[in-house]
Amino acid sequence: MFNRVLRQLLYAAALILAVLVLNFLLIQLAPGDPAQVIAGEMGGANEEVMAAIRQQYGLDKPLLTQLGLYLGRALQGDLGMSYFYNRPVTELILSRLGPTLLLVAAALGFAMIVGTRLGLLAARNPRGLSSAAVTVLALVGYSAPVFWTGLMLVILFAAKIPLFPVAGMIDVVKQGGPLMRALDIAHHLVLPALTLGLVYLAQYSRLTRASMLEVLGADYIRTARAKGVSERRVLNHHAFRNALLPVVTVAGMQFGAIISGAVLVETVFSWPGLGTLAFQSILARDYPTVLGILFFSTLIVIIANLLTDFVSRLLDPRLAGGR
Amino acid sequence: MTFRTGLTRRTLLAGAAALAALSAPLSLAAQEVQTGGTLVLASLQKPRHLNAAVQSGIATAVPAAQIFATLLRYGETFEPEPYLAESWEYSDDAKTLTLKLRSGATFHDGEPITSEDVIWSLGVTKENHPFSTMLEPIESMEAPDPQTVVINLREPHPALLLALSGPLTPILPKHVFDDGQDITSNPKNNLPVGSGPFKVTQFEPGQHIILERHDGFFLEGRPYLDRIVIRQYQDANSGVLAMESGEAQMFPLLDATRLIRRLEGAGTMVVTDQGYAGIGPINWLAFNTKNPALSDVRVRQAIAYAIDRDFVANALHAGLSKPAIEPVVQNSPFFTENVERYDFDLDKANALLAEAGFGEGGQPLTLRIDFIPDNEEQQRAVAEYVKAALAKVGIEVSVRSSPDFPTWAQRIASHDFDMTMDQVFNWGDPVIGVNRTYLCSNIRPGVIWSNTQSYCNEEVDRLLNEAGVEPDLARRQELYAAAFGQITQDAPIHFINEVPYHTVYLQAVQNPPVSIWGTMGPLDEVWLQQ
Repeated sequence: MFNRVLRQLLYAAALILAVLVLNFLLIQLAPGDPAQVIAGEMGGANEEVMAAIRQQYGLDKPLLTQLGLYLGRALQGDLGMSYFYNRPVTELILSRLGPTLLLVAAALGFAMIVGTRLGLLAARNPRGLSSAAVTVLALVGYSAPVFWTGLMLVILFAAKIPLFPVAGMIDVVKQGGPLMRALDIAHHLVLPALTLGLVYLAQYSRLTRASMLEVLGADYIRTARAKGVSERRVLNHHAFRNALLPVVTVAGMQFGAIISGAVLVETVFSWPGLGTLAFQSILARDYPTVLGILFFSTLIVIIANLLTDFVSRLLDPRLAGGR
Repeated sequence: MTFRTGLTRRTLLAGAAALAALSAPLSLAAQEVQTGGTLVLASLQKPRHLNAAVQSGIATAVPAAQIFATLLRYGETFEPEPYLAESWEYSDDAKTLTLKLRSGATFHDGEPITSEDVIWSLGVTKENHPFSTMLEPIESMEAPDPQTVVINLREPHPALLLALSGPLTPILPKHVFDDGQDITSNPKNNLPVGSGPFKVTQFEPGQHIILERHDGFFLEGRPYLDRIVIRQYQDANSGVLAMESGEAQMFPLLDATRLIRRLEGAGTMVVTDQGYAGIGPINWLAFNTKNPALSDVRVRQAIAYAIDRDFVANALHAGLSKPAIEPVVQNSPFFTENVERYDFDLDKANALLAEAGFGEGGQPLTLRIDFIPDNEEQQRAVAEYVKAALAKVGIEVSVRSSPDFPTWAQRIASHDFDMTMDQVFNWGDPVIGVNRTYLCSNIRPGVIWSNTQSYCNEEVDRLLNEAGVEPDLARRQELYAAAFGQITQDAPIHFINEVPYHTVYLQAVQNPPVSIWGTMGPLDEVWLQQ
C-alpha cells in the first residue's frame, strides 16, 4: 500500500517536471514575446522601453539559462511574477482556481446526477418514447458548440427573461453578508454550470443507457429477478451500481478535458476562472502564468485520477483486490 | 454625431440650461443634478495595472483618469481647461510654462498635493512613459512655492498642454511612490493612492475595478457619483447583453457596428461617437515600401484608388465608420481637406499600374496582406475586401492571418510583410501619436507601431519637426497641412476609416463623457437620474 502511494507520487512528480519543461520549450515556439505584447497594450513603445521589459523579466538571457532559473525557483515553490499582471503567479492562480473548481464541480455534479438518471430512465424501456427523448437530448447537447449553447441560454434566461445574471461570478454593486454572497455566487453559477454540464450530461446519459442495457442482460440480474427482488431494487441496486463503473472511469479521465472546456464557458460568461486566465496569458505570452496554470492543472488531473481510482474501488471492491 | 433620443435630449438640456441662465438664478440649474449612485461601466480592456505614468494604452487610461488628476483637462474642443492647475501661462518665447496649482487639493490619503509632487510625477512620466516625445523637450522643472510649477523647455513644445491632460500625465503622490522601488514594477501600481475624483478600492484582474468617491476631491461638490464599477467582459456580445439587461449602464469604446446598431435600436439607450477626438483612432492599410513592387509610389497610389471607402463604411461597418483620408482624424485641429483623397477610381488605378509595368499586359503582381487578429469588422473584413478589390485591377492578394496579436506584431515589427491592415491612434497631438509612423529616424526594426513602412522623405521630416516646435497654432496647422499633403502624395499608407468607437449609455446617465478624451478623462461630472 505504502509502496503504491510512493510510486504514484514519484510518477506525479516526474509528470509535472516533464509538463513544465516541455511547455516551457513549446511556448518559446510561438512568435512574438511579452515585450511585444506589453508594447501593444501601451499603444506603442520605443526600443528602450522594450529592452527594459526584456531585461526586467530575464528574457535577454539564453533559453536554457531561463529554463534553469525557472525550474530552480519552481522547486522552491516560487512560480515567479506574471509579466502581464505584475503580481505573483501563485496569487493570481489561487484567486482563479476556486471559481474554476466550483464551475467544474457544479457542472460535473449536475451532469453526473441528471445524466445517469436519464440514462437509467432510457434503459428501462430502450425502444420507448423516453429513450428516444433522451437520445435526442444527448445528441443535441453533445453536438451543439458550448459557446453557442451558452450565448443562447444567456439570451433566453438573462436578457429576454431576466432570471439570471448575464456574466461574472458576483454582483459587485450589491453588498451583503457571507450568506448573501454565497447565494449571489450560486445565482451566477446556474447558467455557466448548466452550459458546461449539458455536454457531459449527454455523454453520461448515453453511456449509462448502454452500460445499463449490457448489465441488465447479465446472469446476476436474472438471478435477482428470479429471487423475487422488486424491479425497482433490481434496477437501482443491482444494475445501476454496476453500470456506473464505466461512467465514473470516463468522468475521471475527462476531468482534464472539462477544465479545457471551461475556457469557452468562462469566456462566454466572463467567469473569472483559470480558463480565461490561461487563454489571456497565452495571448500575452505571459510565460510564468501559463506554466503556473499548467502546473496546477496537472496537479488537479493527477488528484482527479487518484480520486477516480478510489471511487471505482468503492463501487466495485473486486478492483481493489485485483492489483 | 449623436443618435436618437440623445440628439433631442442633449439639445433640450442645452436649451433648458440657456433658458435657466437667462431667467432664473444659477442655483436652480445646479439643483437639477442628482448626486449618488453607482455607474457600472462595461469594458473589454484588461489593464496590467493602474499607474498611467508608466503604462499607456486605453485599458489603464480609463481607470487611471478617475484615480489621478492631471494639471489640465479638455472639454469637447481642443481648448485646455483648468483642472489641478487653476491657471497657466507661457513665457513670450514659449519656452517656459508656469502653472498655479489649486490650493487645498489633497491626495486620497489626505496629504496635500504640492508642486513637489507634480514635478516628481512629470519626471517619472518623462523617464518611463512609452510615449517619449511627449515630455522629451523638458529641460528642467522648478517649484518656487508649493503652489507653483515652472517647466523650462529646450525649445517651444506646443503639444505640452495636451500632454498635461487626460490619461497622459497623472499626478502621483511622491511620498507614496518614491520608495526606492522600480516604479514600473512597483506593487503599489495595483491599488495606487491617487489625486483624482475617485479612489480605487478593488482591482481584480479580469473581473472588475471598484472606484469609490473621493470625498476630499479638490473640485467642490464633485464627483457626483458615489461609485464607478468597471466590469470586464470577455467579449463584446456579453457586454452588450449586460447593457440590455441593465447590469451595466455605460459601454464605451465599442466598435462592433452590428452590436452598436442593435443597442441603438433598443430605444432605451443613447449612442454617441463623441469622446474619441483625443485618441483619434485610424484603421489603415500600410505598405512595406521595401517590397520591390510597393517601392514604386505608382503601385501604392493605384492600390489606394482601387479601394472603395464607401463600401467599407456602408457594407462592412453598417454605415457607422467615417472615412479617414490623412494621418489625423477629422476632429483633430490639424485636419486638412487639402490632401489627395484617393477616392475610388478604377481607371486611375489601372493607368498607374500600367505605367509601373503591372496590371493587364504587364508583369503579374502578387502581394500578401496581414491584419490584426481578433478584430473581425475593422481588420479581417477589410483585408478580405482589399483582396477582392485588388483582384479587379489584376493584383493577386493572399490574406495571411495571424493566430494572435504577438504573432502579428512580430511579423510587422520585423518588417516581414508586404501590406498590412493596422490601427494606430493619434493620441491628441501629432507629436505624440502621428510623427512616429513617418519620421525617417523612427524606422526601428523590432518595434511595433514605429515607421514599419520604412518610409522616408526628408521634406516630411522637416515639416513635422518644424510643426512640433511652432507655438503659433495657425502656422502649425499650415505646416501639418503641408506635411500631410506630401505624405498622402507618397502614399506609404492608405488611410481607410476612422475606427467607429462609440459610447452607449442608458438614458438615465447625464453629462456623458463626450470630451476629447471621453472615458479617458475624469468622470466627475457624470450623474444618474433616479
